[in-house]
Amino acid sequence: MQGIHGGGMSLWDFYARNSGEVLGLLGQHLSLVVTSTAIAVVVGVPGGVLLTRRPAWRGPILGLANVFQTIPSLALFGFLIPLPFIGGIGATTAIVALVVYALLPIVRNTYTGIAGVDPAVREAGRGMGMTDWQLLTQVELPLGLGVILAGVRVATVVSVGTATIAAAIGAGGLGVYIFRGVAVVDDTLILAGALPAALMALAADALFGLAERRFAWRGK
Amino acid sequence: MTRPLEVQGLGYELPEKGKGESGRLLVEDVSFTVGAGETLVLLGRSGSGKTTTLKLINRLLEPTAGEVRIAGARARDLPATRLRRRIGYVIQEVGLFPHFTVARNVGLVPRLEGWEPPRIAARVRELLAIVGLDPDTFLLRHPHQLSGGQRQRVGVARALAADPPLLLLDEPFGALDPITRVELQREFQALQQRLGQAMVFVTHDVREGLMLATRIGLMHLGKLVFLGTAEEFRASEHPECRAFMAAA
Repeated sequence: MQGIHGGGMSLWDFYARNSGEVLGLLGQHLSLVVTSTAIAVVVGVPGGVLLTRRPAWRGPILGLANVFQTIPSLALFGFLIPLPFIGGIGATTAIVALVVYALLPIVRNTYTGIAGVDPAVREAGRGMGMTDWQLLTQVELPLGLGVILAGVRVATVVSVGTATIAAAIGAGGLGVYIFRGVAVVDDTLILAGALPAALMALAADALFGLAERRFAWRGK
Repeated sequence: MTRPLEVQGLGYELPEKGKGESGRLLVEDVSFTVGAGETLVLLGRSGSGKTTTLKLINRLLEPTAGEVRIAGARARDLPATRLRRRIGYVIQEVGLFPHFTVARNVGLVPRLEGWEPPRIAARVRELLAIVGLDPDTFLLRHPHQLSGGQRQRVGVARALAADPPLLLLDEPFGALDPITRVELQREFQALQQRLGQAMVFVTHDVREGLMLATRIGLMHLGKLVFLGTAEEFRASEHPECRAFMAAA
């Protein structure tokens, strides 16, 4: 029964004896985070761009995203379970919930990043005869990239933490150890889930920090 | 005979939006022509409609009345992007792309037009020399490494890149310090004689206007109230002309 709880073992002993399971949960966790963030980027960046083109939609869409953000994550996971297609027990439901949370920072920062581009630069580009697509891809997105990446960075770090709750609806991940640890009041077990999750969040933060420094144009 | 720019009965009414503002005429019944090698200076106070008139020519704003012809072709029959690539545009804030080098900034329109890279490179060097910047020193710099005057020189070079028949300039020297401004005005004067482009030059600075104009058009409350040479402008009895001459 060693795999079920720590039983007062040290953390290292626990990892040594359950290395296969740990790696499996770590992989599940990573896959939840990567899949949901990727979907949120694919939906959120064009969404943010759209808001710069349709200013009237900005209030309602950012407002709606804000409302979703205020739903406690455990409750959102619960609400999703009875829904057809996107709901049920398992990873799909968890990914849907994680996407919902990741969308706001990505949409908002994409909008902010592009809206922050100097209006004179935009006017010059249009005045030179750039199409809207050329202006977007050659000027607005490159200049807004730093702010956009900062949004993805926040979304990813938050998502690593929120994904631990996915265990509550059977989606696996490092939250499995945390929920077990809470149930049997075993600190080692809680730590066995929490520590790698925290490290994963730090790693994601550092990785995106590096990307921001490497790819984003920094103005003077 | 087709001239680089013909403007006939041009008007712009603010689109319906909110209260009070709707239906306001910003530009009303403006007509003029500009020939090759001529510079028409549009003079006027802030809000007199001169910048709006400029934007109606390259269709950054769509005219609600009248017609613009560029080298005989009706501006509204062309796709706006193609039209703008044939019209150089220089604005006070310059608007260089901060993430592009000077070379990429100047080569923008030729690149949009699909020129071969070697041809663009040669043209960029030529243009930097024309505006008085040493190509070897400046090609690979970024805008933030330039002074205000250098930036506007790059702005002018960028506008000239694809050798457009018409150049629109909106207070290009307005943000410069007085010494640099005079320097660039003098060089611009020399450039006018060399290039033979038709130009529309917007300013509220009478002295600059008198110095650079082939003809002056004075705008007041959205209308062109005077159109004539600098001499005629000085002699005009129109109260708005007098007000400007008093300020010179």
